[in-house]
Amino acid sequence: MAGINLDDSVMTTRLDSVVNWARKNSLWPLPFGTACCAIEFMSMMASRYDFSRFGAEALRFSPRQSDMLLVLGTVTNKQAPVLRQIYAQMAEPKWVVAVGVCASSGGMYRTYATLQGIDRVVPVDVYVPGCPPRPEGMIFGVMELQKKITRESLSARKEHVERFYQSLARQEELQKAKGLSQYQVVREMVLEAGAQGGQQIW
Amino acid sequence: MEPTTQSTRPDGDRMIVNMGPSHPVTHGTLHIVLELEGEIIVKATPNIGYLHRGVEKLGENLTYQQFIPLTDRLNYCSSLMNNVGYTLAVEKLLGIQDPPRSRVLRVLCSELARIGDHLVCIGINAVDIGAFTAFLYLFRERETIYDLFEMMAGQRLHSSFTRIGGLFRDIPPEFEPLCEQFLDSCPRTVDEMEALLTHNPIWADRTKGVGAITPENAISWGYTGPCLRAAGVAQDLRKAQPYLDYETYEFDIPVGTTGDVYDRYLVRTEEIRQSLRIVRQCLDRLKQIGPGPVIIEDYKIALPPKEKVYTRMESLIHHFKLIMHGIDMPVGEVYGATEAANGELGFYLVSHGGKSPYRIHVRPPCYPIFNSFDEQVRGRIIADAVSVLGGMNVIAGELDR
Amino acid sequence: MVIERIEAQLPGAVLERHAFRGDETITVAGTSFLAVVDFLFGEGFQMLLDVTAVDLETPEYRFEVVYHLLNLASQARMRIKVPVADGAAQPSLTGRFKSADWSEREVFDLFGIPFEGHPNLTRLLMWEDFPGHPLRKDFPLDGGDIFCSNDIGASYSPEARSLNA
Repeated sequence: MAGINLDDSVMTTRLDSVVNWARKNSLWPLPFGTACCAIEFMSMMASRYDFSRFGAEALRFSPRQSDMLLVLGTVTNKQAPVLRQIYAQMAEPKWVVAVGVCASSGGMYRTYATLQGIDRVVPVDVYVPGCPPRPEGMIFGVMELQKKITRESLSARKEHVERFYQSLARQEELQKAKGLSQYQVVREMVLEAGAQGGQQIW
Repeated sequence: MEPTTQSTRPDGDRMIVNMGPSHPVTHGTLHIVLELEGEIIVKATPNIGYLHRGVEKLGENLTYQQFIPLTDRLNYCSSLMNNVGYTLAVEKLLGIQDPPRSRVLRVLCSELARIGDHLVCIGINAVDIGAFTAFLYLFRERETIYDLFEMMAGQRLHSSFTRIGGLFRDIPPEFEPLCEQFLDSCPRTVDEMEALLTHNPIWADRTKGVGAITPENAISWGYTGPCLRAAGVAQDLRKAQPYLDYETYEFDIPVGTTGDVYDRYLVRTEEIRQSLRIVRQCLDRLKQIGPGPVIIEDYKIALPPKEKVYTRMESLIHHFKLIMHGIDMPVGEVYGATEAANGELGFYLVSHGGKSPYRIHVRPPCYPIFNSFDEQVRGRIIADAVSVLGGMNVIAGELDR
Repeated sequence: MVIERIEAQLPGAVLERHAFRGDETITVAGTSFLAVVDFLFGEGFQMLLDVTAVDLETPEYRFEVVYHLLNLASQARMRIKVPVADGAAQPSLTGRFKSADWSEREVFDLFGIPFEGHPNLTRLLMWEDFPGHPLRKDFPLDGGDIFCSNDIGASYSPEARSLNA
């Protein structure tokens, strides 16, 4: 990984694990609810499945105050630049969970209007399949994210976050250069990435 | 509290605030651009299309049966009603009718879905205004409805329960005891919720007089459903143009007076109680009808049962033809409408023969209602915009398709 | 019957009529359209439920704009179809029915049929500079995105990045 990496002294390791432990048990979600998965999310927050057991009761609808972006539902091509903006505004460390097949891969909507998976436009950590996934499935997804956080290194900035900000800068340049709306620019970036054999624009 | 007509500065004192597309109060992805003068809304421009998934064009490439899961995801709070509405439209085009047991079950699951939708609508309306407890109480009942759907159809939320010509399968024996238990506990929960909200002065302050609309204006806007009934027009397709034998059930239609958010809340609460009445009658009727087929036995339209497919040649051929070539539809067009939780849900199907519709159009009930948002909130404060949006029950899945 | 009264009042307005599965449909020429709608409004058809269009690609005219009206007093429905050529405009009903506002904008957005007299004829469901009109028959379902197609021939990029670092 790029960046400054402290040598693995005993102190760093223990700090890593303590900080990761704190982070994973207080994931404040930003429910980016677009469609049906948001209703299952509401069920997850309600009394039967009780998401607050995981320290995630504090729903913050502001990206500045949350660290886990839960993308719940279909993200259309019109919504894609909005999602990128919200992700950009979140402070690090930040994680993205793509809940549902629409967010993971476009779901059953293979059309001109639907983004075929949010990993085209933002980096994703955990994918939770299902249409909609059961609340237990979503909880399992968050638990997998917690396991992932435990393995993280504290010091290095994540490479994918850096690449995302670079792609955001490229998007803004293209917007100014071509004079198009953000929606059309992101759509063209996605189509171009697809035509070149890749998928992600970040 | 009127906006000033003159301003001291030439560019006025207006501020533009974006509500959405990612906002706690916009259910689903709605974007409203508010032009404010201080706290007062001078103009509100809704901006939709953030959940436009291309369902209508996708329908032109799928068979009629394959479109059923797409209908689930229109109004995702009451998925079964969309299934029922769509299959009724297709059956109208075919000119067939499903068996009696299937009709009763369709009414049963429609009314359960209606109850579920109203529970979510009132719950979310309450949460937006700040009354969180009502949401938790109502969601407990919604979980029971999910259990019932899961028992019936195998999935909690998007069950795709209906098929063209009837239903996917019959209800299991465990359904009835749980449904009886639900019919027992739901009225008590609704009473608890009413105790929290109906005579609550804060609720009344936030919702009375907010978003009032006259009957003529509501008709001009194309309102249907609880919002139209709250405005004073007693239009309910279940009584006015009955389908699925609704004329044989006993139920009342609540009608409001002013059409404001408080009336809409009262209409929805009473509709929950009336739907519980209908569910009770459905359970009794199921006992009367006794066991029977739940899907039409015309194998050119509905899949034959597996035992026949494995043992008889004609059934195997019918199965093959239905899966590979779809149903042979007559040429023509229909508009099939049902009374969904939000209003009149219409499906306009154009068939040129062949296995896919030539054109399929969904008429969403909340589309014209949200269209009138600007008129409803002009001159009011932002907090009222939140109440009005909650009272309209805009579901982005059905609005944008 | 309402259609007979229309034909008596406005002879030649109704080009074709039929009833199929209980739905009454009349096809009306664009020139007599507003008169027919006004007449029906007077007869009690005071709710415009829906405006939509169908891309028929026939040689004489390309589109058919379809209106659904409801008479609340008699609970009768009426479907009016107006043939519209490619590029021709259709008069807007926003003066008479407020619900025509977004319905007509949607038809403009998805089919490209302009409506004369509409106060704000801009795209509604797609974004402003979206190229093309999606529901036309010559617009591809995937809109040019190769990953939408059912047989995904393009494999994922070999340098597909893994976040499991």
